[in-house]
Amino acid sequence: MKPAAFEYHAPRTLEEALGLLHEHQDEAKVLAGGQSLVPAMNFRLARPSVLVDIAHLPDLDRIEATEPGSVTVGARVRHLDLEHNTIGGPLGSLFALTGRWVGHYPIRVRGTFGGSLAHADPAAEWCALACALDAEIHCRSASGSRSVGAGDFFEQMAFTTCLEPDELLVGVRLPELSDSCGVGMAEFARRWGDFAIVLAVTAVERDGDSIAGARIALGGVAGGPVRASNAEAALAGRPATAGTVAAAAAAAAEEVDPTGDIHGSADYRRDLVRAMVTRALDQALK
Amino acid sequence: MNQRRVELTLTVNGQRHEVAVEPRKTLADTLREDCGLTGTHLGCEHGVCGACTVLVDDEPVRSCLMFAVQCGGQAIRTVEGLADGERLHPIQQAFWEHHGLQCGFCTPGFLMLATSVLESRPDIGDEELREVLASNLCRCTGYQNIITSVHAARDQMRS
Amino acid sequence: MTAGVRWTGRSLRRFEDPALVRGLGRFVADVADRDRGTLHAAFVRSAVPAGEIRSIEAPPGAPVLTSESFPGIRTMCARLDRPDFVALETPVLATDAVRHPGEPVALVVAGSRAEAEDLAEQVVVDIDATRPVLDAAAATDPAAPTVHAGLDMPMGNNVVLDARFSTEGVDAAFDAADEIVTLDIRAHRQNALPIEARGALAAHDPSTGRTTLTAANQMPHMLRTALADILDIGEAELRVVTPEVGGAFGQKMCVPREYVALVAAARLLGATIAWIEDRSENLLASWHSRDHTYRLRGAFTRGGRLLGLDADIVCNIGAYSNYPVTFGVEPLMAMAELPGPYRLSQYRVRSRAVTTNMCPIAPYRGVSRPVLTLAMERLMDTAARRLDLDPVEIRRANLVREFPYAMPTGLPVDPGSYVETLDAAAEALDLEGFRRRQQQAAAEGRYLGVGFSVFGERTGYGTPAFAARAMEITPGYETVQLEMNPSGDVTARIGASPHGQGLATALSQLLADELGVEPRQVSVVHGDTDTTPYGWGTFASRSMVIAGGAAKLAAERLAAQLREIAAHHLEASPADIRLEDNSAVVAGTSVGVTLPEIARIAHHSSHLLPAPIEPGLSVSATYDPGGTFSNACHAAVVEVDPDTGHVRLERFVVIADAGLEVNPMIVEGQIHGGVTQGIANALYEELVTDDDGNLLTASLMDFLPPTACEVPLIEVTHVQTITDASITGAKGVGEGGAIGAPAAVLNAISDALSPLGIEVDEMPATPSRVRELIRRAQSTTTGDRT
Repeated sequence: MKPAAFEYHAPRTLEEALGLLHEHQDEAKVLAGGQSLVPAMNFRLARPSVLVDIAHLPDLDRIEATEPGSVTVGARVRHLDLEHNTIGGPLGSLFALTGRWVGHYPIRVRGTFGGSLAHADPAAEWCALACALDAEIHCRSASGSRSVGAGDFFEQMAFTTCLEPDELLVGVRLPELSDSCGVGMAEFARRWGDFAIVLAVTAVERDGDSIAGARIALGGVAGGPVRASNAEAALAGRPATAGTVAAAAAAAAEEVDPTGDIHGSADYRRDLVRAMVTRALDQALK
Repeated sequence: MNQRRVELTLTVNGQRHEVAVEPRKTLADTLREDCGLTGTHLGCEHGVCGACTVLVDDEPVRSCLMFAVQCGGQAIRTVEGLADGERLHPIQQAFWEHHGLQCGFCTPGFLMLATSVLESRPDIGDEELREVLASNLCRCTGYQNIITSVHAARDQMRS
Repeated sequence: MTAGVRWTGRSLRRFEDPALVRGLGRFVADVADRDRGTLHAAFVRSAVPAGEIRSIEAPPGAPVLTSESFPGIRTMCARLDRPDFVALETPVLATDAVRHPGEPVALVVAGSRAEAEDLAEQVVVDIDATRPVLDAAAATDPAAPTVHAGLDMPMGNNVVLDARFSTEGVDAAFDAADEIVTLDIRAHRQNALPIEARGALAAHDPSTGRTTLTAANQMPHMLRTALADILDIGEAELRVVTPEVGGAFGQKMCVPREYVALVAAARLLGATIAWIEDRSENLLASWHSRDHTYRLRGAFTRGGRLLGLDADIVCNIGAYSNYPVTFGVEPLMAMAELPGPYRLSQYRVRSRAVTTNMCPIAPYRGVSRPVLTLAMERLMDTAARRLDLDPVEIRRANLVREFPYAMPTGLPVDPGSYVETLDAAAEALDLEGFRRRQQQAAAEGRYLGVGFSVFGERTGYGTPAFAARAMEITPGYETVQLEMNPSGDVTARIGASPHGQGLATALSQLLADELGVEPRQVSVVHGDTDTTPYGWGTFASRSMVIAGGAAKLAAERLAAQLREIAAHHLEASPADIRLEDNSAVVAGTSVGVTLPEIARIAHHSSHLLPAPIEPGLSVSATYDPGGTFSNACHAAVVEVDPDTGHVRLERFVVIADAGLEVNPMIVEGQIHGGVTQGIANALYEELVTDDDGNLLTASLMDFLPPTACEVPLIEVTHVQTITDASITGAKGVGEGGAIGAPAAVLNAISDALSPLGIEVDEMPATPSRVRELIRRAQSTTTGDRT
């Protein structure tokens, strides 16, 4: 299990990196933490002929409040840094409680937030979080830059995004959550540290005893992360009770259309959606 | 398909190793074949088993998931660097005393993982420690004595 | 006069460990990687489960070896001498046909493993794929494809063993029964999964004509014989060395085709070649394990007495036989040992091996016993529920209490503590208290359950036990050569081949007590056919029983010599000499001579030795027991999450009786590891293939050995029943953990879900399977989908 041969580049500037991606197009792969790419290369399932290592690009390793009301996470901010972030508020909490579900400690030491989004595993925690919060994903290429909403960034096909071969994901802007917002994250995996079979990320805006609005994103039920919009609708304006949560969880289980695999049938995944949405909402409403 | 080799300097256990490797050569293979440090073992080569865990700048990494070309300029530590001459590191001593190993193949990975976490978080609690140790696979011990060993080393390193 | 017991029974730290914790242990890949001149091999493997090979094309001049490269090589074929057995031949590299995914077709050699993989990708194997048969039941259909076309299959399509046994009165027992319980037990396919995969390094020395194979292996002498037989060369031309071995669990016991090809290639090319199996190859095509189906009927009285047992066992043994124990080990062990520790007089069994286009099966820790124990223990719990009996009560009503006992098959069971360990487990769990807690939890909608598993672990299989299977190659005995060196240190050369069990430490404790020396003065040499006596290696929980027995016998001989020489030297009677504290002392006096002094006399002043003692201090002894039974009771407490089907292990209790424990720390470690593999078997690990035979669990992301977070604290209590079936008193403990745990876990899940009427008879009981059972139960009770 050794990777096929490749050329390695470690550019020192963004321009240089984008130039290499432009030059090599889909022959090239971006190497960030490498915690998903390198296993695929070792299996020879991925065999890029050029690797562009972004480890030395300046500025991409920061978490910054670039503008009021939002936080921008640089592409190579590590899972570990988000788990132990200093963002504060409900957004900081959501990053912290989601972060501990991402792989194992040594994986979190190397793996990056941007890498996870660009890899787009349908069961990845960060992809669901980005989807739940309508993150804006900043992409750069030699010819320009654009920002794409998470809803458009993830294609509904596993491991597929709208990134062009010559584009680099440079950062992700997320809205700060108000202090009256509760957050939750629930995941079911076979073993501690495994990718989820199903996961749910929730952010619920409270208005006294009732729910003003809710965001629910699910992983593991489609080709990419999805919003449970019927479930969100079932919460908006309703009292924050167990009955409301149960109705929303049932709506979520109803609206997804998962496929089965070796870890569970479609029906099983639906059952897990109901359970995980219930648990993530309970946590958010606590 | 032979690839151009890249010359680089690795600093392992405080010693400099000048190596010339293909870009595709992982840190694990480079340590083993080019630095003569075969204590770092390969159990899966896809980042799950953790047998190849080494420390890079004091943090634990899967050395099967890093290429050597990524590691120039960083301080690498392997199991061979734990003991101080004849004196075993407390984590090694604890594994010996508490039967934390049987076949010993996964042991270097566990030792490095545990060393890193105990150095950075000497007061880590039992539950979190168990979660960290769940990063690596052992097939012989059922983990119980590994956990006991790391608890003992934690107490020893605190005092 | 016997020496005092000073070291046996102590949890001595292992001598093996200092090198291992320093990273100085030398495993086969370490040996290969430390030698820069080593070439690396990769195998070109079949991508399909079945087909005819049309052609193999390689880049011109590339070092690609196929079956045609080795014209003189024989097939691998181990046999059982019984009329219901069909021998299967395995070519070292596929010749005309491929019969399972990953079957080795060609071998390539390059300067590094990466380059070997590059080259392997360029070899084009054109295979005319044919329809595979993957499932054992489907394979027996006359219309199913025949895996070994042209081979006579008189017992049915693809049926390669069809063994039957019956006592006289089985039908009468069923006629007399108050309750007949029928069960279908399914144990899916697994991989033993040592963290070090297989691997070997073949070095041919043209100057001597000898080839040394350094290999991850449990049976070095057997491996050498097999290589010699298959390559048609003398054994003296071969040396097999097993360095540190990174776990094996049975997977490194049988002779791999790859090792044979590697030796042949090294001899052909006059080179040193390593093949280090990667995890991909290991999961796909090393050896798989288990894959059994049992249909079981039990005839019970109202009071829970088991009157009769009727079983139909089918083992999917994959495409080929293993070597040397054959696929027969799976169905024949199941047939012989199914009744377990339950008193039973009427037993009928049919046990078949069926060949399919799956990876071949080899023994894995416990072999058939995890499944047969699951079958019997599920039978007991299911019957208890039907008859409204307590699981402890029904077991107490049936467990053997008087010894010696013979199973209906005639298999003798030596004294054990079956009832005692059960009672101790129930007490350790506070069963009554648990039942109250279970009821309270049920009121909150939570599902707690308890499960017991009582079993005997047959260990120390000597030659008679294996001969009962009519094995052409009959393992069993072990030899130990013992020598006291001139310095007074002791060297023990053993045919057993430990790989993580700490046998060197434990044997040195045993020998130290026999000889009056310190354990650190004893060196145990193993794993090298040039320096150790012929023996069978380490497997089947045998080493402390058999190699330990041989060590004890050898030590008695050496001690007799030492006493003889000392008596002569001290002008005393040998019967009055005690060996202790490195000296030979006249009992009741302070008169003595040190062992180093005796050793010097024996080696360097042999003219002073009394007749007929020969110079030197070298003895040898062989031990070949009939076999013994360890026993244990496992008890699990679980909570089942009804929403997800997840099973959380709350407690796991083991009351283990392995006879004399030479090193209790090591015994306990074996139990921890075994139980963990049993839990993995019960809940996590399954090799899954699709309908075309493609392995879907081809990585450790999908084949799921548990981590530290999935394994509970294992609470072990030790009981020691000493019997004369083992001369050391040790009974063997390597497999028990893996044997008992699955049944305890599945019984606990079934107990937890009993309010829903659910019985779990399939393992692993994955969350999706458990949830599926709950969903079905809920939809029948409430009439709607939940």
